[in-house]
Amino acid sequence: MIWTSLDNWIVATAVLSAASCGLIGSFLLLRRMSMMGDAISHAILPGLAAAFLITQTRASLAMFIGAAVVGVLTALLTHWIHALGRVDESASMGVVFTSLFAIGLIMIVRAADKVDLDPGCVLYGAIELTPLDTVPLFGARVPRAVLVLGATLVLNALFVALFYKELRITSFDPALATTLGINATLLHYALMTLIAVTTVASFESVGSILVMAMLIVPAATAHLLTDRYGLLLLCSVVFAALAAALGHLSAITVPTWFGFADTTTAGAMAVVAGVLFSAAFLFAPRYGILSRLFHRAVLSLRIAREDILGSLYRMEESPSPAPPPTAAVLSHAAAATNPLIARLALLLLRKTRKVARPGDTLTPAGRRDAQALIRAHRLWESYVSKHFELPVDHLHDTAERTEHFISPSMEREMVHELDDVTLDPQGKPIPTGGPEPGARHLKGNTQDD
Amino acid sequence: MAITRTRLLGALLAAWFLTQAVPTAQAQQSPSRSESITDTSLAWPGWDALARVLTLQDYNTRVVVIGTALLGLAAGLSGTFMLLRKRALMGDALSHATLPGIGLAFIVMSSFGATGKYLPGLLLGAALTGALGVGCVLLIRRFSRVKEDAALAIVLSTFFGLGVAILGVVQKMQTGHAAGLESFIYGKTASMLASDAKLIAVAAAAITAACVLLFKEFAALCFDDEFAAAQGWPVVALDSGMLALVLLVTVIGLQAVGLILMIAMLVIPPAAARFWTHHLPTMLVVSACIGAFSGLFGAALSALVPRLPAGAIIVVTAAATFGVSFIFGPARGALHRVTDHLRITRKVARQHLLRAMFERCEPALVGGGPGPDNGIAQAAIRIDALTPMRSWSRRRLTRLLNWARRSGLVQRAGRHAVALTPAGADEARRLVRNHRLWELYLITHADIAPSHVDRDADELEHVLGEAMVGKLEAMLADQYPHLAIPPSPHRLEGICGLAGGMAGVLRGHGRGSGGTS
Repeated sequence: MIWTSLDNWIVATAVLSAASCGLIGSFLLLRRMSMMGDAISHAILPGLAAAFLITQTRASLAMFIGAAVVGVLTALLTHWIHALGRVDESASMGVVFTSLFAIGLIMIVRAADKVDLDPGCVLYGAIELTPLDTVPLFGARVPRAVLVLGATLVLNALFVALFYKELRITSFDPALATTLGINATLLHYALMTLIAVTTVASFESVGSILVMAMLIVPAATAHLLTDRYGLLLLCSVVFAALAAALGHLSAITVPTWFGFADTTTAGAMAVVAGVLFSAAFLFAPRYGILSRLFHRAVLSLRIAREDILGSLYRMEESPSPAPPPTAAVLSHAAAATNPLIARLALLLLRKTRKVARPGDTLTPAGRRDAQALIRAHRLWESYVSKHFELPVDHLHDTAERTEHFISPSMEREMVHELDDVTLDPQGKPIPTGGPEPGARHLKGNTQDD
Repeated sequence: MAITRTRLLGALLAAWFLTQAVPTAQAQQSPSRSESITDTSLAWPGWDALARVLTLQDYNTRVVVIGTALLGLAAGLSGTFMLLRKRALMGDALSHATLPGIGLAFIVMSSFGATGKYLPGLLLGAALTGALGVGCVLLIRRFSRVKEDAALAIVLSTFFGLGVAILGVVQKMQTGHAAGLESFIYGKTASMLASDAKLIAVAAAAITAACVLLFKEFAALCFDDEFAAAQGWPVVALDSGMLALVLLVTVIGLQAVGLILMIAMLVIPPAAARFWTHHLPTMLVVSACIGAFSGLFGAALSALVPRLPAGAIIVVTAAATFGVSFIFGPARGALHRVTDHLRITRKVARQHLLRAMFERCEPALVGGGPGPDNGIAQAAIRIDALTPMRSWSRRRLTRLLNWARRSGLVQRAGRHAVALTPAGADEARRLVRNHRLWELYLITHADIAPSHVDRDADELEHVLGEAMVGKLEAMLADQYPHLAIPPSPHRLEGICGLAGGMAGVLRGHGRGSGGTS
């Protein structure tokens, strides 16, 4: 791998482009209009072509105006077809952007003999060539794309900073925004214009379709990691910039591992953004799949442990001779969770000396825990039977589910509320609370169910 | 089923003749040539070229035109179900996700020494990553807080980026040149071979057969998937089957129109067909026809005119059809809806006018009592006196009166006055009666104050049918024994100085006390 000053400029261009997309794209994600980014980035093609055919130059300003006009037109047409024709919104989007794209393609191909406007270039960019097109700035030669994208980033940042509050309210509750006197429609089309402008500013570097990756994927990654609006914007920009920088790095390194030459930076950037998203999808602390699976496993393990303790306690209570406990206990716990969890729970109980081998009988510590649980169970039964007209044989099921989630304060309130706290409705004794009533089985995770 | 097939055939034939007609009309325009660098004028073909294409004399043209038409048909069919299942953009994600598969298939095939451009291999790769992409969309939607739209966008862009990256690798490979793989992005209709067309024909036949055989199941899935599940149908398998059809049509369409425009073939024909009918089998047929027509027309036009990309022309044709359907479609078209709305507005306005005229005359007749033919017809009413009845502007009132005169309900009575004709009086009597029946019903059965019933009855009087009026009569008969036209239970707007006796009568009604004039 050879890193040159060209690579510095390429990364600078990519980071600027990705950051402006990531910033503005968060709003698309929050407004559930992610595909609008796709639609606009395809649909600006005729705008670019028309701007070129009219002005006969590739001047940036004309291109910007053409793209912005067609971008807003896409949003408008989509809305009209949706509202007037009662076509499903995504379908009307599909109709509008494919038609505009086709028109743009025809315009470009018709003019292709004489001009340097290659649809491929529009679609997936030529970031590798951007450092060659430079303009003087403060004595140094700076790539034109860096200037354009820097200006776009500043424009987007200004827009977000100025309308921070309004954007937040319209994104989460447009009806409230309207009652507060915020013009949600105007803001919507301003946003669409900015997206079109950002897209056309970026199309030279990352290409209009990969703008889409930078608009949505970093924002979605951030969305999996945080619930805070400001943090979401920040994370989105950071992830976009990270994807851009790592993207270029992997474009020139990864293919060499497999014995190939380097590949296009734009594609690699999108892939890295996708990889970041998959990482968040799997490992995000709160919304990731693995962490949710883990929380769920921990919770069901705790419930299985408590169920085993509870059934051992009931067996000790019953006057009739009990069957060999382990099997019965396991089968009882397995009814609620899966057998593997039940077996694991029993192992844990043995390890923490809540049950003693041989014969899996309760140790004093285990008995304390079991008493706390059975106390919660039977108090709940008494409470439900006093305040709801449930028949006595229906009380067990609700208590069986609730017993694991009764906090000490709730227990105190129930004791306060009930007249008799010695016997439950079925006439079984309610164990007295230990030194720390109900404390142990609350330590686990209660946020998931 | 047999009927459907016949219809399909008929519509195809019709589409065929249309394609023949349209280029002919266009070809008659005189060609204009200039040499500016933005010269976008089309070089129109001569007559013999036109004739050759239209009669499918050239082998190439024949292959391409038939191939794209069949493709449009298949896409129109499978797209219909996707549209109704509200998954119109799933095809978008799917078609973008095929790109890495094409690149990977090329790499794998060339590293095994075979030619990298073996088409079935490329298409297999495309199908695999396309299915993977759809799987990812479903996975992300199911297992995270990311919504469907974002899931589509993520999969689409990531997979497409991967595809572009892989194509970047492929282009710099030593073994075999990869030029031509990019045609999958934009499509290269003109290079379609007979074998490709045969592939499309087989796939189109399979898709048509699947749509016909699984029609009932797919329809249930589209409109009420919970019902389908409750019926014991394998919903997941059916859903996958539906997606597999879309995958199939996308993969075979890649070559013809390219992956970006393939989505148009899946979305536009069904969306256009939706404007024509509310009936699912008809919608399928219409959608298939629009798809086939677009394919035919686009391929034929691009064969005739140089430098027109066929894929784009096909999509523009479909879009034009959509535009026509959007405006003129009889089921949901904009024009139909606007005229419907206009007709109802006019009818309501006319009925309001008649009732206003009737109520204007009414106080003068109190002595005689409201009965049949009490001289309401031919009683002259000053136009000035009508304007305050409903806050009509003078212009609007004049226009309303003109409409009513043209339909024979109202006649002139002097310079500034009008009168109801006998027909108008009958209609007015019926309307007033409906209006007041509803008012009385609201007062007696819904406990609404007499001063509050007018507005409600105002809206309902236009839609009270015979059966409803009968029921109202039956319900009110014992309280109001003679219901020829009950007097208004409230003060009439715009008529000041009611006779004292009349007001008393009305108050009596307002309490629902029974006895009337």
